[in-house]
Amino acid sequence: MSDDLFDRANEFLAVFRRGADFTKELVEENARLRRRLAEVETRQDDAAQDTGEWAKLRAELLEKIRGLEGERLDALERMRSLEAENQQFASRFVEVEAENNNLANLYVASYQLHSTLNVAEVVKIIIEIVINLIGAQTFAVYVHDEKTGLLEAVASEGEDVAVFPSMPLGEGVVGTAVATGATQCSGEQESSDYGSPLVAIPLKVNDRPIGAIAIFELLAQKDAGLSPLDHELFAVLAGHAATAIFAAQLHSQSERKLSTIQGFIDLLTK
Amino acid sequence: MDRHRILIVEDSPTMRQLLAFALKRLRGAEIVEASDGMDGLRKVTSDDFDLALIDINMPVMDGLKLIHLIRQEPDLAAMPIVVITTEGAQEDRERALALGANEYLTKPIQANRVLAVAKALLKLE
Repeated sequence: MSDDLFDRANEFLAVFRRGADFTKELVEENARLRRRLAEVETRQDDAAQDTGEWAKLRAELLEKIRGLEGERLDALERMRSLEAENQQFASRFVEVEAENNNLANLYVASYQLHSTLNVAEVVKIIIEIVINLIGAQTFAVYVHDEKTGLLEAVASEGEDVAVFPSMPLGEGVVGTAVATGATQCSGEQESSDYGSPLVAIPLKVNDRPIGAIAIFELLAQKDAGLSPLDHELFAVLAGHAATAIFAAQLHSQSERKLSTIQGFIDLLTK
Repeated sequence: MDRHRILIVEDSPTMRQLLAFALKRLRGAEIVEASDGMDGLRKVTSDDFDLALIDINMPVMDGLKLIHLIRQEPDLAAMPIVVITTEGAQEDRERALALGANEYLTKPIQANRVLAVAKALLKLE
């Protein structure tokens, strides 16, 4: 019983000693903080009394503010110029994108035109291009007949090919376009006169007349009329379609001649 | 990189090449071409596609019939379909959309418009 009491007393003494130590530490920390506060107050008082020091500090701070203000203005100016540059890039991107699309159309048109040596297939491709890339509703493809000297409609869309009149070179809108080599555009949206198309595109290889494409009506959704790309496609058609038809005609003739010569050779050798 | 299988059903080789040209600019795009409605139906039912571009006026089977048949297939009910056609009349548009097409673009096409529609339907960007 007495041992237990003794142990409890010792425990209490230990706790009390620890409390005393902690209190001593707190008092010391308090004193240290008081000293630190006193030091700071003294320095503040000194600075407040020394006007020169204040002025120097103020000048330094003002200089710093001016510098930062300058930097802010520079940054704003840079941001403005970057913004302007960004807008230039954006509009350039749109232009390049449009140019890219146009080039794709022109590439596909010329690629398809030169993908065959069959006259009927070339004419079919011309029709596809005029429908799908230009957006024409009614049109005819004319081919120049060297024997008769007439331009004759060999294929059409939107109307029967028979309704499109044949014409000699130099006569009518189509004949004039082929004779002069210049695309004729009336600027109208539609023409019901099959002798007078909205657009007549001559097909020529050097000075040799090959034929023409005559457009009489555009698709309803082309209500804005012909675009600059359409005119570029006319130029592609004028050159490449003519070459493709000419090459296909030559190929067909050479095939026939080859067959005839082969027949002769067979006759002579057998 | 995600792969996007796109079916082009169009009888004109010129249009097929032009559409493929535009769509190849999509990252991961794999283009399959069909030259008429029947060919398109065969391909769309035998393989998985994320998008189909279908012309209306085609030989063998037209585009509207193809869309109708595609929408009757439960597996293909959700596949986005873009109609690409020369038919610009409002009733043609409404008919195609009523049959289940998601978009209706008229020819002559603008490549960037086709790309924008494809991106939206494929939920890209």
